[in-house]
Amino acid sequence: MRQPCEMPKDVGEREPLRRAARWRAAEWGFWSLPVIAYFVFPDNLVLLSQIAITGLFCLSLDLILGYAGIVSLGHVAFFGVGAYAAGLLASHGHGEPFTGLAVAAVSAAALGYITSFLVLRGADLTRLMVTLGVAMMLYELANKLTDITGGVDGLSGIDVHPVLGYFAFDLYGKTAYWYCLAVLFVLFVLARRLVHSPFGLSLHGIRLNVGRMPALGTPVNRRLSAIYTIGALYAGVAGALLAQTTQFVAVDSLGFSRSAELLLMLVLGGSGTLYGALVGTSVFMVARYLLSNLNAQYWQFWLGLLLVLIVLFARDGIMGGLRRLMRLLRRNE
Amino acid sequence: MKLILRMNTALCAFLGVLLALPVAAAEPVKIGLVLPMSGPFAGYGKQIEEGVRLYLKQHGDAYAGRKVVLIVKDDTGVAPEVSKRDAQELVVQDKVDILAGFGLTPSAFAVAPIATEAKKPMVVMNAATSSVTTKSDYILRTSMTLPQVTAPIASWAAKNGIHKVVTVVADYGPGHDAEEQFKKTFVAAGGQIVAEIRTPVKNPDFAPYLQKVKDTKPDAVFLFLPAGEQPVAFMKGFAERDLAKSGIKLIATGDLTAETALDAIGAPALGVITSFHYAEAHNSPENKTFVDAWYKAYGPDRPDFMAVAGYDGMHLIAETLKKTGGSTDGDRFVEAAKGMKWVSPRGPISIDPATRDIVQTIYIRRVEKVGEKLQNVEFDQVPDFKDPGKP
Amino acid sequence: MTIFFDGIASGMLLFLISVGLSVTLGLMNFVNLAHGAFAMLGGYICVTLTQHAGIPFLASLPLVLVGVGLVGVVLERLLYRRLYGATHLDQVLFSIGLLLMSIAGAHFVFGDEQQPLELPTYLQGQFNLPGLDVGIYRLFLIILGAAIALGLELLVRRTRFGAQLRASVDNPRAARGLGIDVNRVFTLTFALGSALAGLGGALGVEMLGLDPGFPLKYIVYFLIVVAVGGSGSIKGSLLASVVLGVADVAGKYYLPEFGAFVIYAVMVSMLIFRPQGLLGRAAAL
Repeated sequence: MRQPCEMPKDVGEREPLRRAARWRAAEWGFWSLPVIAYFVFPDNLVLLSQIAITGLFCLSLDLILGYAGIVSLGHVAFFGVGAYAAGLLASHGHGEPFTGLAVAAVSAAALGYITSFLVLRGADLTRLMVTLGVAMMLYELANKLTDITGGVDGLSGIDVHPVLGYFAFDLYGKTAYWYCLAVLFVLFVLARRLVHSPFGLSLHGIRLNVGRMPALGTPVNRRLSAIYTIGALYAGVAGALLAQTTQFVAVDSLGFSRSAELLLMLVLGGSGTLYGALVGTSVFMVARYLLSNLNAQYWQFWLGLLLVLIVLFARDGIMGGLRRLMRLLRRNE
Repeated sequence: MKLILRMNTALCAFLGVLLALPVAAAEPVKIGLVLPMSGPFAGYGKQIEEGVRLYLKQHGDAYAGRKVVLIVKDDTGVAPEVSKRDAQELVVQDKVDILAGFGLTPSAFAVAPIATEAKKPMVVMNAATSSVTTKSDYILRTSMTLPQVTAPIASWAAKNGIHKVVTVVADYGPGHDAEEQFKKTFVAAGGQIVAEIRTPVKNPDFAPYLQKVKDTKPDAVFLFLPAGEQPVAFMKGFAERDLAKSGIKLIATGDLTAETALDAIGAPALGVITSFHYAEAHNSPENKTFVDAWYKAYGPDRPDFMAVAGYDGMHLIAETLKKTGGSTDGDRFVEAAKGMKWVSPRGPISIDPATRDIVQTIYIRRVEKVGEKLQNVEFDQVPDFKDPGKP
Repeated sequence: MTIFFDGIASGMLLFLISVGLSVTLGLMNFVNLAHGAFAMLGGYICVTLTQHAGIPFLASLPLVLVGVGLVGVVLERLLYRRLYGATHLDQVLFSIGLLLMSIAGAHFVFGDEQQPLELPTYLQGQFNLPGLDVGIYRLFLIILGAAIALGLELLVRRTRFGAQLRASVDNPRAARGLGIDVNRVFTLTFALGSALAGLGGALGVEMLGLDPGFPLKYIVYFLIVVAVGGSGSIKGSLLASVVLGVADVAGKYYLPEFGAFVIYAVMVSMLIFRPQGLLGRAAAL
């Protein structure tokens, strides 16, 4: 005989989470695209690698913006720190790629952790300005310390050893492509698990109603600090990937325009969905690539117009649009 | 019957041989131009591209039997990874024979490894840091280097009664290089640097620095600032505080008073003395032809040193093609380009066989009003000056 | 002493350009990053009028005010109005979009070179007092800035329009209930904010230069002023501008090694200790 309050075995508190965390067919389809792209566009692998890197960077912004609601215009600071860390390491003889990634991740995460306390104070505008201020100070610093960073002329002489000791970085960018894609995929899977965990749910709650969460026993500041650090870590790895595959670090890795463009890409794709970051980045970078070949000077105008239209009419970006489309199709069945 | 058959066979054989002969259609020479065409340095890309195209317009677009085809890719100037990507695509996808352009040093630095790996000649038409040509054995430069245009003004100053100088440079790579070279040459010639001021790269207000200059009362101020609004602001402030009236001269490298920037500065630029390799007002038949053709094609925009670098870069490519008989094999091309000498609109120039860098005359000029326009009027020169910044 | 004077003048210019942003941000709760574009527009109108239409500099200033104000009215009616209730992020994105469009437009119409501007001779040069060199244009900026600050304070505190504005911001529904045309109030306020930006831009050409990149180059400074001063407070903006101007100029004079960092360090430290800004309303932003 069953005990009165016994729960059936396959239902638990974690069940909804587990269901959401299961991989859907569409996701498998999405991840097959980069693999197919390798064969369809063999001459554009450098562009595709850079899309993967920027996608990872955008993903890191989604973690703090889309999931935790922290508006940052200075996220580029972590990207730059990661890039310089990996670049400096490699230019001084330690060219093993994964070591470079690890060092970059730790440096960026450390900076993220320290600055997270600044970010917790104040509301939107204050946060915006503080993040911006920190990024600008780092930019000036990088500019000034020409002996270390190469300043405006950039850090060159970065010699990266072959991946796993065997796959050297080649002119066609084949090694670079698989390297970046692999790192992106691994970090994406981790992020996905994080987001579909109780930790991720608490972030969702914080974003929606920060006042209520302490009542549920959530240490709000600690959670925000944690996700900010993780976001910084991801951004640092993206920066390191760029340094390693380009064998060059430019001071613009700390520039404001990178931060602004990143925000655009995330909004275009739809924040808070992880995939939105990747979709938005791909669409933005491909569009810019094609348009800049058409008319270098004025693609900025179309970009601005697109942004205005998105905000007015399609606020949740491409992912939101897709979701609405799916709902429509399902209703018609 | 047999005769007809034999004739047919002969005809067929003849036609067969004719068709089998490789059709000697000369393949075009593809030149990939990596230039900043958008963003804050779009002006650079425009000048360089126009200079290149002007040369082709004036001298035709076929050399050694091969037609020249230009493919221009925008690298925005501020993202070297885009320069690298552009160069990689030009080599791998468009299969260019020669890479050229490079408005800024980081772009050139980022692309150098591609030139080496793909064995393509790389003609640098603006990037001015000394070490650019050392990054790859396939790099040739037709613009200038910063130390090359800085040293002459320092020696001129020392020889012309200027003993105490305050250096004011922007706090970034090129600024540090200019300050270093000026100090080296000036102090070696017996001068004294009384103060070294470094201004932040993004600096809207020069009041504090102008005040410092006023306090130290030097004979002259050596200035190096990034192109754009800063030189305008500084020179206006210099004039406003009557620093020129109190006898302090303003000396600099000529990019400060480049023709494209002069009009925005206006009257405060008068009397500024600079050393540089090109002035629109340079008095030579080659320059006259160049300037007339320029205004006809692109007027009222003024030509400046970047246009000439593009023009001369194209000249170098054209003449080298003629010398190699049309071959664009990397090693052969660079070998043939070494030592090439000619008279450019700026004056006599040559490519140093040892460093593949440009050797040219640096002129000392003063800004004066000539007719309706402000011009850099040359009054002294240092001929065949090599880059002193090479290690 | 001159350094102090120069710093105040620098701060005044900053105030003139940023006060419009403080007005729209604080009084209307709208983050308008395209503010710099209105300033740029003012600059271009001024340059066109003085260099090409031969209108004297001082006479062109009121025309700049009117011109940019009108543009502000049109944009507010057509576009900005839709986003008053939107999140700040949305407003940031929207205004960045407008900003990009205006930069591309400026580039297309005017090209990307620096615009020349010649001040009338009576505004050039300086006169020397013992221990203090007074730049005439800088003095002009200080006087004008003070006058505008005073004018705005009077407008907001002492006029009926000001009262209507404060009412509309505090509680739009109640204000409407009292018969105040809230839409019209907001339109006028936005127009005022933009017009002031345009004026600031025109005045700034002499010291800051003018090219299509102007808004992006200086947006950080405007935001710093508003963030430090506290949005919505005109007195706060004035105080913050002057403090930042003096800190920036003095910092560069006395500590040239750290010149660039001073302004950011001041901002970050102020925001850490007083996140709502010097005189900002704690609840608003």
